[in-house]
Amino acid sequence: MIPLSWYLIFAAALFCIGLFGVMARKNAVAILMGVELMLNAVNINLLAFWRYLYAPDFAGWTFVAIVLVAAAAETAVGLALIISVYRRRSTVVVDDLSLMKG
Amino acid sequence: MTIQQVFFLAVAAITLFAAVMVVSTRRIMHAALWLILALFGVAVSFALLETGFFAVVQVVVYIGAIAILIIFAVMLTRQVFLDVGPQLNRGWWIPAVLVAGLYAALVGVLSTWSGFQTQAAALPEAASDLSQFGLALVDVNAYAVPFEVASVLLLGALVGAIFVASDRKGVER
Repeated sequence: MIPLSWYLIFAAALFCIGLFGVMARKNAVAILMGVELMLNAVNINLLAFWRYLYAPDFAGWTFVAIVLVAAAAETAVGLALIISVYRRRSTVVVDDLSLMKG
Repeated sequence: MTIQQVFFLAVAAITLFAAVMVVSTRRIMHAALWLILALFGVAVSFALLETGFFAVVQVVVYIGAIAILIIFAVMLTRQVFLDVGPQLNRGWWIPAVLVAGLYAALVGVLSTWSGFQTQAAALPEAASDLSQFGLALVDVNAYAVPFEVASVLLLGALVGAIFVASDRKGVER
């Protein structure tokens, strides 16, 4: 059987890669992709802890379902914002979106 | 090493490679396609955790809806189909060092935890009964409130996304 540690190390690596994408990418859509990777890493962690420590209780499943709903909402609103910004400024490069810079 | 462990290592390696390509490839459309592979790897690891329900949900919601939505956004927000110039910020090595440090810290802290090497017990029969999960979601004494909050969140996101993305030029100007 696979020990819990393998899942945790895997999820931590996925989270760190997603975080790097969020911090380093220029394109706003690519930043959203990084956020998706981070949310997926969180879901792996939640399900791994559920499977290894709290198996018959459905609290972990509910948590994962809520994270999925939040991820879907975040993507929909985020992409709507990006499309709105693109329509007004003709760019999705976050460096160029400095309208609020003092 | 059992077959299951080898399989997990292969899936994890493919997923992490796809994730690295998502954050490092220059063409944004290729990044979206690599993201699909990474999401599929996550779905396989859900299946390895014996939560087939969430593996299916992952494929349907993430790959079927969110990835397609991202591809739509990529296609809608470009004038030409070639991404010129670097796609990473100039100081991209600072976050690289930061996340490497964070990863080392996470693994270091986790390895001091006593439950780190926990082996999975056999899954109880009740844990694979989906109808119990469905009943728990609508049971007032269980998870009815989080379920309703999630519904309201989805509704709010739906209305907000339509409002933000709609073209209101005719109204404003």
